Amino acid sequence: MSTNKFDINRRAFLAVAAGGAALASVTPSTAQPVATNAKIVIIGAGAGGTALANRLVKRLEGAEITIIDPRPQHLYQPGLSLVAAGLKPADYVTSQTTDWLPSGVTLIAEKAAAIDPEAKTVSTDHGETLTYDYLVVAPGLVLDHDAIDGFDLDMVGTNGIGALYAGPQYAAKTWEAAGKFTEDGGIGLFTRPATEMKCAGAPLKHTFLIDDIARRADNRGNMDITYAAPQGSLFGVPIVAEKVRMLFADRGINTAMQHTLKSIEPGQKTATFADKDGFNVEMAYDYIHVIPPQRAPDVIWESGLSWADKWTDQGWVECDIYTLQHLRYDSIWALGDVAGVPKGKTAASVKWQVPVVEDGIVSAIQGNDPTETYNGYTSCPMITRIGRAMLVEFDYNNDLTPSFPGIIAPLEELWISWLMKEVALKATYNAMLRGRA
Amino acid sequence: MKDMTFSTLLAVFEEIFGRGLFWGMVVIAAVVTLAYLFVLVRDRAVSWHKFLWAQLSMPVGAVFAVWFLLAMTHSQLRDMGGPIDLIVLFMVAAGGAVGMAILVYTGQSLLRGGED
Repeated sequence: MSTNKFDINRRAFLAVAAGGAALASVTPSTAQPVATNAKIVIIGAGAGGTALANRLVKRLEGAEITIIDPRPQHLYQPGLSLVAAGLKPADYVTSQTTDWLPSGVTLIAEKAAAIDPEAKTVSTDHGETLTYDYLVVAPGLVLDHDAIDGFDLDMVGTNGIGALYAGPQYAAKTWEAAGKFTEDGGIGLFTRPATEMKCAGAPLKHTFLIDDIARRADNRGNMDITYAAPQGSLFGVPIVAEKVRMLFADRGINTAMQHTLKSIEPGQKTATFADKDGFNVEMAYDYIHVIPPQRAPDVIWESGLSWADKWTDQGWVECDIYTLQHLRYDSIWALGDVAGVPKGKTAASVKWQVPVVEDGIVSAIQGNDPTETYNGYTSCPMITRIGRAMLVEFDYNNDLTPSFPGIIAPLEELWISWLMKEVALKATYNAMLRGRA
Repeated sequence: MKDMTFSTLLAVFEEIFGRGLFWGMVVIAAVVTLAYLFVLVRDRAVSWHKFLWAQLSMPVGAVFAVWFLLAMTHSQLRDMGGPIDLIVLFMVAAGGAVGMAILVYTGQSLLRGGED
C-alpha cells in the first residue's frame, strides 16, 4: 500500500467519521428559562414531586423551590409487584430521595404538618414555617392497615399473609408467603379495597403471577384461587374488565365480587368479608393478599383541601380534573395519588400530570392562561403471566388510548408488553424523575 | 407514550444500561462500524473469503442475541403472543446476526490485513 493511497483513503474515512459525529451532536433546542423570584413549595418527593422539581428548575430562573419530605428512601413503586413474585430483589425498588433532586432545590427532610391556604404557609412537624406563592401537594397516600381488624404488618410473610403495597421489605416478605403457597397449595384469597387505590391493576397482577408460578411448579391442581373485591366488576374500565373476566375463566380463578375484606383471624386462617348486603361472609385461606383502604394523608384533610362532597371517607384534594389546580385556592395544585380525580393513581399518570402542573405554575408566573390539560391518562402493564402482559392505557372516559395503535394491541397478552414492564418501565420512570421524559 | 422524542429515547437507554455503559456501547458500535467502513475503503473490495466466515457467524450472532434478551427478561419462546412479538424477536435476531457479521469481517480484515 502506497503512502499516497493511504492518505486519500484516510481522508475519505475521516470525512465519514466527521459526518457521523456531526449527526450525533444534534440536540433539540430548549426554551429560554423564565426569570422569577417566586417561592414554590412542593410537598412530597415521590414520583410527582421529584419530576416536577427537576422540570421547574430547568424552566425557571431565580425561583426559590423547596421540597418537603421526611422519607430518605425513594420507592419505585411499579416494581413492587415483581418483588412480591420473587422476580426482583427488594432493593430493585429503592434509591435515595437525594439521588434524584437537582441542585437549586432545597430539601427539608421533615413532614408537612399543616397547610394554611389563606395565609399561604406550610408548617413542618419540626415547627418550621414556610411561605409560598405556589404550592404543589404531592405527598402520596396513606395505607390504612388498621382498617383491617386482626391484621398487623408484622404478620406479613408468616401464616400465609401477604401485603405487597406496604413497601419493599413487605413485598419481599409477601413473596415468602406467596412462594410457600405455590409449593404447598391450598386456598388463596386475593383482595382489594373499596376505596380509590394506587394501580388498580396490581391486585390482578399478583393473582395472575402467583397462578402462573404455581403452574410452572406443576402445583396448580392443588390450589383454589379466589379474587375477592368490593366492586361489581374486575376493573374500572368495562372493556378491560371483560377481558380480565375471560382470562380468569381461562386460568380457573374464581371471583367473589362485592365482597369487602373486614378482618382476618391469622390463628385460624380465616378472613371475614362484608357482602353487598352487609352480611359477614367467612372464608378460609392458606394464603391471603391484603390491600388495605387508601386515603389522603391527615395534613390534607386537616388543612381543608379535600373534597367536601366526594370521597368523604378518603379525603382526596379538591381539584379541577383537567388542570389539577385546586378549585378554591388558585395557588395550589394537586399531583399524583393525592389528587381528587377519578383515575390516575399510577406512575404513568404522574408522567402525564407533571407537565400540566408545570405549565399551570409557569403560566401563572407569566400571567398567561395554561394550555396543558390532563385527560385522565392511566397506564397499566397488566401482567398476565411471567413473560406476557397487556399494555392497558385509558382515560377519564374509559376509552382505550393505546400508545402504539395497530402495533401493540392493548387487550392482547403480548411478550413486548412484558418487555416494556421488565426493561423499559423503570428506565422511563427514572428519566421522568430527572425531568427528561 | 407521551413526548417520545429522540432525547427521551436517549434518556431511557441511559437509564436502562447506566450512562457510562450505554455510551461505551455506542462508542464500541460506532468504532466497529467505522472500522468496517475503513477496511472497505482501504481494500476497495469486499473479500468474499472473509465474507463467507462473516456469513457463517450470523446464526451464532442471531441465537446469542435472542438468548441474551430472553435470559435477561425472564422470558421464553413460548411467551410470543402475537405478530409484533415475532417481529421484535426477528429484529433482535437480525440485529445480532448483522452485528456479528460486521464484527467478524472487520476483525479478520484488521488482524489479517487486506490479503485473503
